[in-house]
Amino acid sequence: MRTARKLVSALALGTVALAAGCGGQSDPDDVALRMSVWTSNEDQLALFNTIADAYKATHPEITSITFESLPFAEYNTTLTTQIAGGNAPDLAWMGDLSADLIDAGALVPLTEPLKATADWGYDDLLPSATAEFSHDGNLYAYPFSNSPFALYVNTDLLDDAGQKLPAQPTWDDISSIGAAVHAKTGKGGFVINDFAYSSWNTLATVWTGFGASAWNADGTQCGFTSPEMTAAFEFIHRAAFVDESMPGPGITADFFAGDAAFAVAQVSRAGLLDGSFAYDVQPLPQGPAGTYSVIGQAGMGVLKSSDHTEAATGFLAFLTNPENAAKLAQYFPPPRTSLLSGDALAANNTKFSPEQLQAVVVDQIADAVTLPNHTSPAEIAQKAKTELDAMWNPDADVPAVLTSVCAAIDPLLAE
Amino acid sequence: MTHTRPSVREAPTGASRGRAAPRRSRTSRRTDALAGYLFVAPQVLGVLVFVIVPVGLAMWYSLNEWNVFTGDLDFVGGDNYTAALNDPQLPGVLGATALFSGGVVVFNIALGLALAVMLNRRFRGVALFRTLFFSPVVVSVVAWTLVWGFLLQDNGGVNGVLAMVGIDGPNWLQNGPTAMASVTFTQVVRSVGINMVLFLAALQGVPKELYEAARVDGASSRRIFTGITLPLISPTLLLTAIITIVGALQSFAQIAVLTGGGPGLSTTVLVFYVFQQTFGFNDIGYGSTLALMLLTFVMLLTVVQWQLRRKWVTYED
Repeated sequence: MRTARKLVSALALGTVALAAGCGGQSDPDDVALRMSVWTSNEDQLALFNTIADAYKATHPEITSITFESLPFAEYNTTLTTQIAGGNAPDLAWMGDLSADLIDAGALVPLTEPLKATADWGYDDLLPSATAEFSHDGNLYAYPFSNSPFALYVNTDLLDDAGQKLPAQPTWDDISSIGAAVHAKTGKGGFVINDFAYSSWNTLATVWTGFGASAWNADGTQCGFTSPEMTAAFEFIHRAAFVDESMPGPGITADFFAGDAAFAVAQVSRAGLLDGSFAYDVQPLPQGPAGTYSVIGQAGMGVLKSSDHTEAATGFLAFLTNPENAAKLAQYFPPPRTSLLSGDALAANNTKFSPEQLQAVVVDQIADAVTLPNHTSPAEIAQKAKTELDAMWNPDADVPAVLTSVCAAIDPLLAE
Repeated sequence: MTHTRPSVREAPTGASRGRAAPRRSRTSRRTDALAGYLFVAPQVLGVLVFVIVPVGLAMWYSLNEWNVFTGDLDFVGGDNYTAALNDPQLPGVLGATALFSGGVVVFNIALGLALAVMLNRRFRGVALFRTLFFSPVVVSVVAWTLVWGFLLQDNGGVNGVLAMVGIDGPNWLQNGPTAMASVTFTQVVRSVGINMVLFLAALQGVPKELYEAARVDGASSRRIFTGITLPLISPTLLLTAIITIVGALQSFAQIAVLTGGGPGLSTTVLVFYVFQQTFGFNDIGYGSTLALMLLTFVMLLTVVQWQLRRKWVTYED
């Protein structure tokens, strides 16, 4: 019994010692910064490290800056688990998790420190780019990537099917040509990249053209039952099950492997074009509501839980200053007006011409809407998907399914 | 059928009874005790760190609302348990769990036993067949499921083979019943090898004389199977039933990779729902409540099976 007591005591002491060892006090002269990112691209990481080295050279108190690559598919889960486990990074990239982080007050406000940084040029930022990461007039994450969705065209497949794309195509044109290509070649018509009958938020690249939105501006009212949304989903359903201009559920068709005539995908996906077929890129087709543009954004912010918020904010200001923002622009469409021109973007883009980049990037960002984003993004995504699954069969009652979507997500929007 | 076993403990001999055993010193007894503690320490530590503490923490979390972004922990008492009772999705999830687990258990044990009986014979190539049926067990679950995910696409390999014989196959993963059949099938085929090996070992332990005696008495093959084989391998049946049910209730990767719980909630089993709530929706309090519910189910099923063994396990040491 006595031995057992000794063992338990030793264990307890060991645990305390371990906890003390792990805890550690923050030393202002020994600052190690960690930034979570989802890229594992070696060139991009090399650029980040070069910028970090330059910053460390003038800030001796910063002993290291580490860029921690997390897999994109598990990024939100991993970051959240790190935060919950008390192992949060000092800085982090964020996509749809930003709304939750801002709502919880977990991010450091950036407007004041960025405006106070000499020559940072806060007014150079496009309001359409900062809106998603702002709350009550404060910016909480720098929108470093603003990649518009565009229409990729496999012109070889169109030629094979004897089809010609109008100068300003509508969604009806795309569906009609896609159906003709499918009938003639057996390849897919149009695909919405990453949708896969699961990630329904990517359908915003279609429904925005019909004048629909997932919810109202302040995110309190569901928009799935609106006549515009019903028309959009009836179009998609018809394309998948009647016209067969869009590959149906369970059918894989990779545009970048040459398996489809059209794809709606972000401009940043251009790297997947390997030259195996002739292609073109255009702004999104017109919908019944006219022309429109949609962007997918990523931001970088400082977590309040960091022991070094000031140092982390200082590094963020350096990483995103005009000079470094220009370097980042070779990989990520920037939020700065001064850096947005077709010629500037073409300097680092071998896939598209300056005119194409002007049309699909520069001309789109200013008036673009973002993909649907809200607090509790994963729960809303899952609840809506569960209901939308009923949409993906030939006999689906489109309005009834959309009503059930609103019934499922209304309680979450009301929170 | 009665069995007599020799007593393990021998009666003390007269010689040993007449002499007193040498007294061991206190130091020696302490050394033995310490050695005993050290031997059990890894196991005790493992259970403590990976079972007792997490279960205790889950109980605590289930009584709280934890905002993972701010670290705020608010005590909410039984609110998460009330939420579980009022969760409109939970009945569907429990139904899917019962259907999946039931299907896996029935088909896994039946197929495992059938394969074991077939392969418990001497014929050319028997080792090859045994290896073939066991090989999926050693394949990574995710790799196995990913491959089946491609094969079960509407334009995938399974429908391609069916089309060759004139059958227009369904879109396996896109409607509820076929999606459930698909996840059950992939789980059964992957894990049936374990049960097959266990049954094979049990079958080879059945004394040959009993079969010979039964045949001399004119018993049919069916009578021999139900009267001799099944009773003698019933302890293995109990073991396979327990590990198959527990394994089915823990099946996560197959669901996550193959169907993501869909379409709708048709393949959302409880363990996947726990993951969604806890790590997808960051609702750690409610996720912990559901995890405790799953733990209770597993324990109850194991206890029930253990109790039922008295009725149907007829040959147990």
